[in-house]
Amino acid sequence: MKLLRQFLVIMAVSFVGEILHAVLPLPIPASIYGLVLMLALLMTGALKLDAVEDAGKFMIEIMPVMFIPAGVGLMESWGELKAVLVPVLVITLVSTIVVMVVSGRVTQAVIRLERKHKGGDAK
Amino acid sequence: MTNMLCESAFFGVVISLLAYELGMLLKKKFGLPLFNPLLISIAVVIVFLAVFDIDYQNYNDGAKYLSYLLTPATVCLAIPLYEQMEALKKNIKAILAGILSGVLTSLTVVLALALIFNLNHKMYVTLLPKSITTAIGMGVSEELGGAVTITVAVIIITGVLGNMLAETLCKLFHIEEPIAKGISIGSASHAIGTAKAMEMGDVEGAMSSLSIAVAGILTVVGASIYAMFI
Repeated sequence: MKLLRQFLVIMAVSFVGEILHAVLPLPIPASIYGLVLMLALLMTGALKLDAVEDAGKFMIEIMPVMFIPAGVGLMESWGELKAVLVPVLVITLVSTIVVMVVSGRVTQAVIRLERKHKGGDAK
Repeated sequence: MTNMLCESAFFGVVISLLAYELGMLLKKKFGLPLFNPLLISIAVVIVFLAVFDIDYQNYNDGAKYLSYLLTPATVCLAIPLYEQMEALKKNIKAILAGILSGVLTSLTVVLALALIFNLNHKMYVTLLPKSITTAIGMGVSEELGGAVTITVAVIIITGVLGNMLAETLCKLFHIEEPIAKGISIGSASHAIGTAKAMEMGDVEGAMSSLSIAVAGILTVVGASIYAMFI
């Protein structure tokens, strides 16, 4: 029954996320409202970690398969995509690589800079 | 007979999970980034549907129950994020700097390449939200007058690429800090990349989850400004 109750909590938070999405006039999806709400519940202690942990980790573990239907859906937009395929693929590939490298290197540089500063203070 | 089998609501789920198992098997056997289970399973299902002449709609009648789980699964990303709250607070400057740089880089690279390829305004704004999560990206594209179906396609391709390339790129460019890995994957390739970050580690997964939300929201603002440039 523990898993069922955890599943209920997760579904209920998702449901409130959908309500917020319907009510608030912002371009933010229900899942993001739900994520923020879940985080707030955990941080305030309104929800204990073990009230969602097992079911939650299971959901995260199987998350990759949830993207298969959307990926297969590419065959539906193939007609439209075909006409602009070359620029779209080049832009997608180049920007994905550059963004990953830049944001990773910037994050790492700031982490190491701060660590150095703190290390310096300690001496 | 074939029709009857395909019209079962279980067909889409079974074929998707089978294809994923096959992808996992190939990954285990060859270990190359090209044998990415998500990429393999998408390709296998598309080929299967094409060969047996099955409509996407038929497939999706069952497979939509997998997509249905995406919202609750995204909500669950709050769990690792909560567990990593200490690391998040301690590195807040680095994290925000990393996500902001990722968002600006994405918009700027799309702008530069759109100029090179001489894309029109509609195509340009279609591509602007390519790095963020589908639900936010669709909204941005629609708002700016883009072609929403192509935006969705490009967002998915971006995610699969990020999922495939994450480990190689981190190694190649010496991104070694787990926090930096997570931020880079989430900023570049949203939830599909995050699935890979989760496999890499708890910190990577948590930071990648955070980037989905923050990069998504920053892009809403950023894209509306960048949209004026072409």
